[in-house]
Amino acid sequence: MIAFVIRRLLQAVLVMLAVGFVGFSLFAYVGDPVSIMLGQDYTQEARQRLIQDLGLDQPFFIQYARFIAGAAQGEFGISYRLARPVAELLLERLPATLELSLCAAVLALAAGVPLGVYCGLNRDGWLARLLLSVSLIGVSLPTFLIGILLILFFSVILGWLPSFGRGDVVQLGGWSTGFLTPTGLRALILPSITLALFQLTLIMRLVRSEMLEVLRTDYIKFARARGLRNRAINFGHALKNTLVPVITITGLQLGGIIAFAIVTETVFQWPGMGFLFIQSVQAADVPVMAAYLMLIAFFFVLINLVVDLLYYLVDPRLRIDKGAAGGHGGH
Amino acid sequence: MTQNLLEVENLRVEFPTRRGTLVAVDDVSFSIAPGEVLGVVGESGAGKSLTGAAIIGLLEPPGRVAGGEIRLGGQRIDNLPYEKMRRIRGKEIGAIFQDPLTSLNPLYTIGRQLTETILTHLEVSEAEARDRAIKLLQEVGIPAAERRIDHYPHQFSGGMRQRVVIALALCANPRLIVADEPTTALDVSIQAQIITLLKRLCRDHGAAVMLVTHDMGVIAETADRVAVMYAGRIAEIGPVRDVIKRAKHPYTEGLMGSIPKLGGDEAKLAQIDGSMPRLTAIPKGCAFNPRCPKAFDRCRAERPDPIAVGDTKVACWLYDDAHKAAAE
Ligand SMILES: Nc1ncnc2c1ncn2[C@@H]1O[C@H](COP(=O)(O)OP(=O)(O)OP(=O)(O)O)[C@@H](O)[C@H]1O
Ligand code: SF4
Ligand SMILES: [Mg+2]
Repeated sequence: MIAFVIRRLLQAVLVMLAVGFVGFSLFAYVGDPVSIMLGQDYTQEARQRLIQDLGLDQPFFIQYARFIAGAAQGEFGISYRLARPVAELLLERLPATLELSLCAAVLALAAGVPLGVYCGLNRDGWLARLLLSVSLIGVSLPTFLIGILLILFFSVILGWLPSFGRGDVVQLGGWSTGFLTPTGLRALILPSITLALFQLTLIMRLVRSEMLEVLRTDYIKFARARGLRNRAINFGHALKNTLVPVITITGLQLGGIIAFAIVTETVFQWPGMGFLFIQSVQAADVPVMAAYLMLIAFFFVLINLVVDLLYYLVDPRLRIDKGAAGGHGGH
Repeated sequence: MTQNLLEVENLRVEFPTRRGTLVAVDDVSFSIAPGEVLGVVGESGAGKSLTGAAIIGLLEPPGRVAGGEIRLGGQRIDNLPYEKMRRIRGKEIGAIFQDPLTSLNPLYTIGRQLTETILTHLEVSEAEARDRAIKLLQEVGIPAAERRIDHYPHQFSGGMRQRVVIALALCANPRLIVADEPTTALDVSIQAQIITLLKRLCRDHGAAVMLVTHDMGVIAETADRVAVMYAGRIAEIGPVRDVIKRAKHPYTEGLMGSIPKLGGDEAKLAQIDGSMPRLTAIPKGCAFNPRCPKAFDRCRAERPDPIAVGDTKVACWLYDDAHKAAAE
C-alpha cells in the first residue's frame, strides 16, 4: 500500500514536470513577452534590462529549472495583461470554478447513477428507451449551445434565472462563496446544469451498460438461484460491481468538468479560472495560460490518485492478502 | 409408493425467434423421489441445463415454459408469480452451477454471502446465521472455517470455492438440489472429491439431487436413476444399473460405448457417428434416426414416445409391441 502510494506520487511528479515543460514552452513560442510588456515606445536599454530581469538571457535549461522552482512555490510571475501576480489572480477565481464544478459533478452523479441503474434494470421499458434517446442529445449537443438554449429559455423568455455572473458572494477567509446568498445559489443553477449535462448523460449511459453487463454474470444468476430479494441483488450485488468503472470514469470526468468549465464560464461570464484563461488567450497573456495549464494538470493528477485509492476501498481483490496465505492451497 | 418430491410432466421449453419458435425441451417427463439422485446426461445442447433452469424458474427470456407442469411436493411451481418462486429458490430448491470461480460475488466475503442467504430464508438472528454459516463451511470441509468465513472469494482455490457454493446451496436445507455440471470447470484431480462431498451432504441433509453431467463415471457412482437426453427429449430413463449395464436405447448404447474401458486392451473411445441435430433442423420421426444403426422405416415417419420396459422407459420404436411382435 505505502509502496503503491509512493510509486503513484513519483509518477505524479513526472507528469507535472512534463506539463511544466509544455507550460514553459508557451513562453518561447506564444508571443514575445518583452515587446508586449514594453508597449510601443521603448529604448534599447530598457529592453535589455527587461530581458535580464525576466532571465530571458539565461540558457534554456536554467530558465526551465527556474520556472519549475517558481511553480512549485506557487509563483508564476506577473500577468502581462493585468500586471498582477498570476497566483493571486488564479486564487481569486479558484472558488468560483471549484464551486461550479462541484455543483455540476454532484448533479451529474446524483442524477446520472440512478438514471443509469433504472435504464439498466428496465432495459426494455419505454421510459428507459426514451431516456437513452434523450441522453444521446446530451452527449452530442455542444456545451455552449446547451448553455445558450438554457439562457434563452429560463432567462430571456421566462426571466426566472440570471444569465450571467455569480450573484452576491460572501467572503469566508480567502474563499468567496456563492452558496450563502439566494442570488448566489440562483446564479449557480443554469451554469451547473450546462456543465453537468454532458457528464450526466455519460455517467448514465456508462452505469446502464455496466449494469447490463453485471446482470449477465454468473454470480448474479447464482444470487437469483439463492432466492435473494431483487433489491439485494440489484443494489447490493449488481450496483456495487458497477462501481469500479464508474469511479474511474467519474474521477476522470471531474477533471474534465474543471477543464470544460472554460466554455461554460465563458457563456455565463462566470468569474472563474476558465473565463480568465479565455481572456488571457485573447491577450496572449502567457504566464496566466501556463499557470492555468499546470493547475488543471495538477487537479487531474490529484483526482487520479484519489481514484486509485478508492479502488482499494471498493475492490477487495486489490487489497493485500493478509489472512489468505495460511489458507490457500489445501483442497 | 411414497410421493415424489419433484414431478416434471410434459415439460416444453420454447424460444420464440424471428424465424419461428425453437423447441429446446420437448415433452420431457420425469420424477425425483425424496433423497434420490437423478443423473442427467446427454450431448451438449440436449436441453439438460434448460430443464434445470425451468425447474428453478430461472429460464432467461425469451426462453419460456410453453407447456407441461412442474410440481414440487405436489404443488405446482412452474406458473408461480416471481415473488412466490423466489421464496422457493434457495429455500426448497438449491442450485449449483458449473463455474465456482464466477458463481461468487467477488466484492463480498463468503461469510456475508452465506449469512445473507440464511437470513433471507430462515427466521434467525444475525449471530445465529453466522454460526450456521461457520457450521456449513466446516461441513463442506473448509479448514479454519471461523477465520476463513471473513475471506473474499479470490482468496480460495477453485475446489474450495465450489465447496463454498455447495454450502450456499444447502444454506436453508432445501429438499432438492439442481446441480448443473458442478465439477466440469474444476481440476480433474478434485472432481471426485467434490462429487463425493455433494452426495454425502445431500444425503445428510435429506436433499434429492438432479445431477447434470457429461461424466458417465460420476453417474455410475452417484446416481440412483439416470435420464439420457437427446435433442430436447428424454431418450431413456431408468435405474442406473439397468441403463448402464443393459442400455436399451441405441443412443444410450452408443454413449456407454464412449466410456473408456479401464483394464481393456485399449481404452477405446467409441464415438457415435455424426452429431446431434440443431434445434432448427430436428429430423422427422425419431430425432436420432440419421445416426441410429438400427433405424427402420417407422423411425423416419413417427416420433416414438417413452415406452415402459421393466423399470426403464425408452423412447424407441424397437420396444414397441408391434415391432417386437413382428420380430418374433
Ligand atoms: N437463448 C437461447 N436462444 C435460442 N436457443 C437457445 C438459447 N439458450 C439455449 N438454447 C438452445 O437450447 C438447447 C439446449 O441448451 P442447454 O443449455 O439446455 O443444453 P445442455 O444440454 O445443457 O448442453 P451443455 O452440455 O453444453 O451444457 C441448445 O441447442 C441451445 O442452442
Ligand atoms: S426409434 Fe428407431 S431411430 Fe430412434 S433410436 Fe429407436 S431404432 Fe433408432
Ligand atoms: Mg448445460
